[in-house]
Amino acid sequence: MTTKVMIPLHKDEVAPRFDLSTEVLMAWCSDEGNVEQEKLLILPGPSAERICHMAMTEHVQAIICGGIDQEVFDYLTWKNVDVIDDVIGRATTVLRRYLSGRLHRGDIVP
Amino acid sequence: MRDAHALDFYRLLDDVPLGVLVMDRHRRVVFCNRFLETLIGMPALTTEGLHCRNVVRSRACITGCPAEHHAELSETACIQSDLINRDRKRIPVRMTLSSLYDINGKPVGFIETIEDLRHLKAHDEEAAQAYSFSHIVGQSVQMQKLFGMLPVVAQSDASVLITGETGTGKDMLAEALHQESARAKGPFVKINCGALPETLLESELFGHTKGAFTGAVENKQGRFYLAHNGTLYLTEIGDLPLPLQVKLLTFLDDKIVYPLGSTKGYAANVRVIAATHRDLEQMVREGRFRQDLFFRLNVMRLNIPPLRDRDGDVRLLVDYFLNYFNQKLHRNMSGFSAKAMQILLSYAYPGNVRELRNIVEYAVSVCREKKILAAHLPTYLSERRPMAVEPSTPSEPAVQRAGPAPVRREGVSSWIEMEKQLILDTLVHTRGNRVLAAKQLGWARSTLWRKMKQYGIDAS
Repeated sequence: MTTKVMIPLHKDEVAPRFDLSTEVLMAWCSDEGNVEQEKLLILPGPSAERICHMAMTEHVQAIICGGIDQEVFDYLTWKNVDVIDDVIGRATTVLRRYLSGRLHRGDIVP
Repeated sequence: MRDAHALDFYRLLDDVPLGVLVMDRHRRVVFCNRFLETLIGMPALTTEGLHCRNVVRSRACITGCPAEHHAELSETACIQSDLINRDRKRIPVRMTLSSLYDINGKPVGFIETIEDLRHLKAHDEEAAQAYSFSHIVGQSVQMQKLFGMLPVVAQSDASVLITGETGTGKDMLAEALHQESARAKGPFVKINCGALPETLLESELFGHTKGAFTGAVENKQGRFYLAHNGTLYLTEIGDLPLPLQVKLLTFLDDKIVYPLGSTKGYAANVRVIAATHRDLEQMVREGRFRQDLFFRLNVMRLNIPPLRDRDGDVRLLVDYFLNYFNQKLHRNMSGFSAKAMQILLSYAYPGNVRELRNIVEYAVSVCREKKILAAHLPTYLSERRPMAVEPSTPSEPAVQRAGPAPVRREGVSSWIEMEKQLILDTLVHTRGNRVLAAKQLGWARSTLWRKMKQYGIDAS
């Protein structure tokens, strides 16, 4: 079974703000911790609602992001999305750390 | 960058009640003070070496950082934005970013101050429905409409033209707009365009260089220079001489100030607020005020209505000023007698709020009793012919009688028109007898003659 992970981006890093991101990295990850497929999605403009909607329609299981509003965080967790926020680092490195099961809220990944 | 000598400086910054972030040329954090640490909810030590946008996480960091493509800023940037802290709370902030230089003048990084604006925002929300803005009070429909506009006007950086009769509170409004704007931390510089002769005013506004004219023994910075990053308030703009209107227009177009006698200008980041009690449109028609300058200043226009047109505000202001002077003069007045209040409500206040304030101050100072009686009011209020007051119906609240006490007539819009109409009515009543008319109006004959001449009334 694959896990769908979403990372809002700012350039190649995890976006400092969930609501202001206009690019999203979507990754399909295997149970063994490998990235099976990656897709970069460009949004027409920054919007927390749009990213949430995309997460729902794409059946995302986990979101890794920087700063996020409590309201949006509560909505996503209520929808059974695992949100790991306050993360700083390059998206690919962060994703590797997540897949190894060592990524936690507030982590700064060098 | 962080050496032994700088440590004391950092300790000082730690005690500043304002978020302070020091960054290197690549905007990587070198120092984060204690206030900011609390505001963002991130330990200062963990911020070191991180890119500032990952630490502050403000909207401005992502959508338009002034230092994004520059190693140095030509001028200090002040931005209102919001950030999301580690408690997932969105906080409105005002950020001021400036370049840092070493002793050789080489840019070495940036310093940013971050101010928490939560208390101001809460105030803004209240102000949107409240009967006041800053220290301006009013509950009339006209004033509530004005209060609704003010937060928007304050946040914009456009030029503002404030119009209104004398004593309506134009100066207070200008200062309130500055205090509520993103430039609040900058200076608020006021200059009265009617108070100085033309040559002196030019030098005062734009500055001059040494030798520009006889007596210019040294360079002088003008008010525009002093108002850099703040607001310049030009009161009585209608009295600005025509040559200076051109110079002001040039500044509003280019944002560059040329001091008197200098060919080299400097850029000044100044918001201009102008005010006048004159009818600028009329002045434009008469060629006494430049139309292009009028259009430039008239980007946002706020007209403060005269007190007589503000239904219900006289009573509110009477209570407000009574409370104010009770505190200021350490008195304990309980209020006004019914007769005194009736006089206050039926007066037309040509001097507007300023006049009402002075009347209340006079009454509070003079009165030695618990309640202010009619006798404690300035005598000229009762000496004048009482303005006709519409009899209030029992169901009508007293406050609704306040404001424009004189009888309202169709098509009569200003005090001047109303007074002219009053004179005409009296003259018709006395069949053109000016002695009788003056007597009925409670004026001296010379006063009636002067006013008739002023309004172009010919009784013959």
